[in-house]
Amino acid sequence: MSSPGVHPNGALGVETLGMTMRFGAFTALDDVSIRVMPGAFHALLGENGAGKSTLVKCMMGFYHATAGQMTVGGFEAIIRDPRDAHAKGLGMVYQHFTLVPSLTAAENLVISRRDTPAVIDWARERVALTDFMDQMPFRVPLDIPVQQLSAGERQKLEILKQLYLGRRFLILDEPTSVLTPDEADEVLGHVKAMCTNGQISVLMITHKFREVSAFADDVSVLRRGRHVGSGQVAALSHAEMAAMMIGAEAARAPATRSGDPGTAVLEVRGIRTRDRSGLKLIEIDRLTVRAGEVVGVAGISGNGQMELMEVLTGQRPVEAGEIRVKGAAYRATREQAQALAVRYLPEEPLRNACAARMSVTENIAFRSFDLNGSGRRFWLSGREMRTRATELVTAFKVKTASLDAPISALSGGNVQRAVLARELTGDVSLLVISNPCFGLDFSAVAEIRARIIAARNAGAAVLLMSEDLDEVMELSDRILVMSEGRIAYQTPAATASLAEIGYHMGGHA
Amino acid sequence: MQHAVIRPGESALLPCLARRAEPVVIPLLALLAGFAAFSLFLVSQGKSPVQYFSLVWLGGFGSAFSWQNTLSRTAPLLFAALCVALPARLGLVVIGGEGAIVLGGVTAGALGAALIGSGPVIALPVMAAGAMLVGGLWIGLAGGLRHYRGVNETISSLLLAYIAIALMNHLVEGPLRDPTSLNKPSTAALPPDLRVGNIPGLDVHWGLAVGVTCCVLAWMLIDRTTWGFAARIAGGNVRAAQVQGLPVGRLILGFCVLAGGFAGLAGMFEVTAVLGSANGSLVAGYGYTGILIAFLARHNPLVIIPVAILLAGFQASSGLIQRRMDLPDATVLVLQGFVFLSILMSEALYGRLKPFVPEKWRA
Repeated sequence: MSSPGVHPNGALGVETLGMTMRFGAFTALDDVSIRVMPGAFHALLGENGAGKSTLVKCMMGFYHATAGQMTVGGFEAIIRDPRDAHAKGLGMVYQHFTLVPSLTAAENLVISRRDTPAVIDWARERVALTDFMDQMPFRVPLDIPVQQLSAGERQKLEILKQLYLGRRFLILDEPTSVLTPDEADEVLGHVKAMCTNGQISVLMITHKFREVSAFADDVSVLRRGRHVGSGQVAALSHAEMAAMMIGAEAARAPATRSGDPGTAVLEVRGIRTRDRSGLKLIEIDRLTVRAGEVVGVAGISGNGQMELMEVLTGQRPVEAGEIRVKGAAYRATREQAQALAVRYLPEEPLRNACAARMSVTENIAFRSFDLNGSGRRFWLSGREMRTRATELVTAFKVKTASLDAPISALSGGNVQRAVLARELTGDVSLLVISNPCFGLDFSAVAEIRARIIAARNAGAAVLLMSEDLDEVMELSDRILVMSEGRIAYQTPAATASLAEIGYHMGGHA
Repeated sequence: MQHAVIRPGESALLPCLARRAEPVVIPLLALLAGFAAFSLFLVSQGKSPVQYFSLVWLGGFGSAFSWQNTLSRTAPLLFAALCVALPARLGLVVIGGEGAIVLGGVTAGALGAALIGSGPVIALPVMAAGAMLVGGLWIGLAGGLRHYRGVNETISSLLLAYIAIALMNHLVEGPLRDPTSLNKPSTAALPPDLRVGNIPGLDVHWGLAVGVTCCVLAWMLIDRTTWGFAARIAGGNVRAAQVQGLPVGRLILGFCVLAGGFAGLAGMFEVTAVLGSANGSLVAGYGYTGILIAFLARHNPLVIIPVAILLAGFQASSGLIQRRMDLPDATVLVLQGFVFLSILMSEALYGRLKPFVPEKWRA
């Protein structure tokens, strides 16, 4: 079979042949051959650590593959660095924005070119940009600073930037992770239309089966660095794709719920605080979490969830309002948290819940190092810390080379397991969680969610803030939606409708 | 990356050793690199590095006499290094220990002058406590500004040191001046019974013993107590410490006050054991050498002891080198500058040298 060539309208076909990438003895990518036809919308599925990022980094020239070839537009291509890739028409849109927030869309586009002159003739550039925009299927306001654009518009601008730079093969790395479902559908719809027209080909890294079925033509699945399957999306069900992704490993089924909610554990009344910029007001009028209940807070990031978490952990002062835990006014001191059994799982545990350079043993001891039975201790007990760490690492299946290794040497899933071990051991009355599974692989996600449900079943009140709507839907007994610093909507999970939640997430209420 | 699941009781000696070796080997390499750069500097001045270092050996460590000379200069360096190391474990870079030393010395001098006649049993503890209190307040001020007002503690402590020196000059030339001190304005000379003497059998004053004890106590505080552990958490990641409900503000204040207290003790011993009264000689740069010592010791109070002795040896040999090699006294500062630069650059090496990172061995 010949290599995929070029669509008459410009879209490039790209093929990798036996792409292999080794880091020392560790094989991140093993003999991966995938083929993206010109004008195709190709999805790349896989767990975290399956090699998706490594593959696209090899394609873009960030890494030099240990072995393997690549063809672009039907010809063999040797890509030494990202500039080479750009020159051949390959472009990448990252998960996080790469635009300069304080500049306008027009300025961002012009400075992204490699041939931007030292003195820019803005009148001429404007004419050129307007012409360019006229040819595009969607547009973005050119004269507003990027920081005032919505996330959806920014992501559109990222894609427009690639087209403006003449890229005809786009790699999209989880492009919708920061978008509402509506925004995601709109952006991907436009991308899909351009593929159908043959203007571009797309390789999209994603975790969301829904997007694969709705937009992709073909799909390739990686597992542990190997290519385990490809096919036309139309011919595959979600279950088949999931089976390819996880392979023979059986995912743990989420523990079944048991018991009814009990008395109120966490009560938040009339909280007023400012967000990081000091401009936006966060107002939580009433929020109650009862024992044996998971209350999920859905919402797009940046709508006050982070501030709410910081208020509950005592990191952010409030202007008004009160927090009660089991009826007692709560100020998040260590003594109170220990007495009332309040535990936290902040998002990005390595950044927010661990000291990266301290050892696994020490990090696991954070909750309990100053406790001695029911009393407090002044002298540390190294032996007790070690015993405890050994027990918990075993019980929570934390994979680490050594208990003395710095916690930063662990993979993301294992850092989260270590933090879970620390926070979920002993009595837990209230558990406050933020994005517990962000960036983790499929099996770690299943296990961590099962642990959260187990804590709920054991009678803990759980407040779960998550940007992942599926996670909120799966875990919650009751769902709240946060939008623009307020709780905009609430519904029992049993009768929740995705459409209604999405509507309130978007701030249309 | 694949890791074996840890089995309880499994001990991997080699990885453990490798991990422990990293903070020892890298500073040693940095020290040698600093010496090498300094040697090039000497060569460029037409001087022999071999002669320099052999004179350092002779003047600092070669004989019982040179050891005493070295050890008698060690005490203030121990305290000054502790003043940097304690806040550093909380993630603070405090470089204004000089100010706390100077004010501690003035306080001790003033209290001593006021307590003439009350006997050493009362006067000396009061002088020590006063010096620690004032030094502690001075560095505590930098810590408080940092925690409550977001003022960079590195800048504020340095500026506070200049204020402290100006304040000292004002006091010893004005309100606290002994009218009989003509050439060098000083506080009243301390009577012999308020002078701290030598450790029996050595020509080295008691400050060394107290300094070594303070280093051991500081190490126990950091390494063996829950307060120290809490401070290390806050120094490692202040967000994690806040989520754990640890009193970060109190820890910062407490450690800064203690650090300043140690620096104040350095001033007290300078006044009671060396100078005999508080005057401008208190500004001797100990606070700045202490920064270098603390960084070389990676803020480990026990390691501060040998490093302080090493640096004291360089200072002790300075006179000999001036005479024999016709090099100015400031040469030792040039050497310290080179070593400090290479120590700062070596920070970038941690976690990157494969022999010290067992996680990279498999790869």
